[in-house]
Amino acid sequence: MLVALAWKNLWRNKLRSAVIITAIAIGIIGGVISNGLMTGMADQRINSAIANEVSNIQIQNPRFLLNHEIRYTLPAQTNWVETLRKYPEVKGVSGRLDCEAMASSASAGAGITAFGVVPKDELRVTDIYKHLIAGEYLNNRQRLPALIGKKLAKKLDLALGDRLIITLSDTSGTITSGAFKIVGIYKTSNDMFDASSVFVRKKDLAAVLSFSPRLVHQVAIRLKDNAATDFVARRIKKDFKSAVAQKEIVVRSWKQIDPLLQSMIDMMNMFSYIFMMVILVALAFGIINTMVMAIMERTREIGMLMALGLNKKKTFTMIMLETIFLSLAGAAFGLVVSLLIVHHYAASGFDLSAMGKGMNSIGYSAIVYFRVDTDFYITTVFMVAIIAILSAISPARKALKLQPASAIRENNL
Amino acid sequence: MSIIEAKNIHKVYQETKVPVNALNGIDLQIEKGEFTAIVGPSGSGKTTLLNIIGGLDLPTKGDIIINNTNIKDFSSGKLIDFRLNNIGFVFQAYNLIPVLTAKENTEFIMVLQKRPKAEREEKTKELLEAVGLSDKMNHKPGQLSGGQQQRVAVARALASQPQFVIADEPTANLDSKSTNELLDIMAQMNKKYNTTFIFATHDQRVMDKARRIVTIDDGKVVNDQKFNR
Repeated sequence: MLVALAWKNLWRNKLRSAVIITAIAIGIIGGVISNGLMTGMADQRINSAIANEVSNIQIQNPRFLLNHEIRYTLPAQTNWVETLRKYPEVKGVSGRLDCEAMASSASAGAGITAFGVVPKDELRVTDIYKHLIAGEYLNNRQRLPALIGKKLAKKLDLALGDRLIITLSDTSGTITSGAFKIVGIYKTSNDMFDASSVFVRKKDLAAVLSFSPRLVHQVAIRLKDNAATDFVARRIKKDFKSAVAQKEIVVRSWKQIDPLLQSMIDMMNMFSYIFMMVILVALAFGIINTMVMAIMERTREIGMLMALGLNKKKTFTMIMLETIFLSLAGAAFGLVVSLLIVHHYAASGFDLSAMGKGMNSIGYSAIVYFRVDTDFYITTVFMVAIIAILSAISPARKALKLQPASAIRENNL
Repeated sequence: MSIIEAKNIHKVYQETKVPVNALNGIDLQIEKGEFTAIVGPSGSGKTTLLNIIGGLDLPTKGDIIINNTNIKDFSSGKLIDFRLNNIGFVFQAYNLIPVLTAKENTEFIMVLQKRPKAEREEKTKELLEAVGLSDKMNHKPGQLSGGQQQRVAVARALASQPQFVIADEPTANLDSKSTNELLDIMAQMNKKYNTTFIFATHDQRVMDKARRIVTIDDGKVVNDQKFNR
């Protein structure tokens, strides 16, 4: 009966309860939406980084990572692409040359990374072809083709069909260069990548470097499911444990390649929880105020209940239940509305194009697809329950201090 | 046999700078089945005495023995349990739980006593019929008149099967008709269940029904009369 009584008491002052329930709901909606937005942005950044920049897993010569000298290629006796393609989780494998170089036009120059790729292999690893805004993708019919980012094209004042000079040093340290023709211009959501990455055919870059076409600096592996990254990375390390042990290769997941990305995402996640906690702590004061008012209004009634035989434990429980019901009603309302909003923007995307230019410059897309993990919803419910219990303590203690003899003679508010 | 024995009861309130002596050595015995009114002018100490008899307050000095148990040194928790199982209350201003129906209000005290559901329902029905409210069982207090609410309060007071019922100015907010109906019901309950009723009142109509009138003034019993009614 205490549970029923607490629930009924909640609705005695409908307006007051509705106001605090709405406040809790709005707080939760704010917290969930901010989490949905941040997680959505993080997802897109990860997906974009995997699809366009780092892929899921890369294999490199560990010495190449230290000083980026082009002589540190992967062991040539293994056909990496053919071997790794057989893994069931793998969508595509691309063997690349990866060279620090200078790109120049007639009017300007810029430091870049030149990627020598096999076009048909690269198609299954990066989504650069999806981001072409002019021209076409690399193919075998073209003569010394190059794909450059819009940002670089603008910087070097280059257009489709223009000549791009790539200058780099070969294995002997001799400066060498090749003239490539711009066949395509791409634009991803990461301006920094667009300004510094040039894609050419591997055989063309190998010719400039006087390299064997079999040599690669890195093998980029794209998986069918990003969630399998760690599992596949572990399997590769196991399958090539001798090469790993002899430090001929190093296998890294995107989290190791771009640790800043992972830590930024972890930080965003933590911020959402802190943000939600701040909202709930602020709401706790509203809950306490509401419950103290409710008790002051019912001093005589609570005194009467205590006179009749409602002991302290039950009085405390009744006030706790009222507070918890009030908070959970707000939480339920807020979570239902949040679910609908998140569901909507998960499908249609939330347009941040008003600030899209700024977003792109830091590697984010202007359209964000919300995502909120079930964990966040569950944690929110727990946080609300804890806040409700803590908020209930003060009003419940106030009720317990009432003396039935004087309380039943009180003139309530 | 006395079910209530107040011995040399003193009560001093220390809340103000000057202590207030509310009771100054009250001696009173109440027998099983009495229908007693405690009367006296405002400030005479009748409510204080009733609170002490009802276990809502403790005396500063003296003993209060209920059914051979001295409750003077009971802790507040023990007093709550004692009240629940031994004493029924009817207060001046109705004091029902507004969100519960007449049936639920009556049953509430038996829920606290952890009595079985079937027993609770049977007793509730019996009591609400006895106070003439069997057709209002599902009405909430706001849907009942003042007199009807007090009748529910009487049913609730009797539901715990108490040793005695304390009624503090139960008719103060009622019109004559409701007062007479309520007093008739309480007199019937007194006879039917042999339940002891103790009133604090100013109301002459209550005094006219009482079989014993204890008059107190300045915290002392100044008159104690019994009537054959």
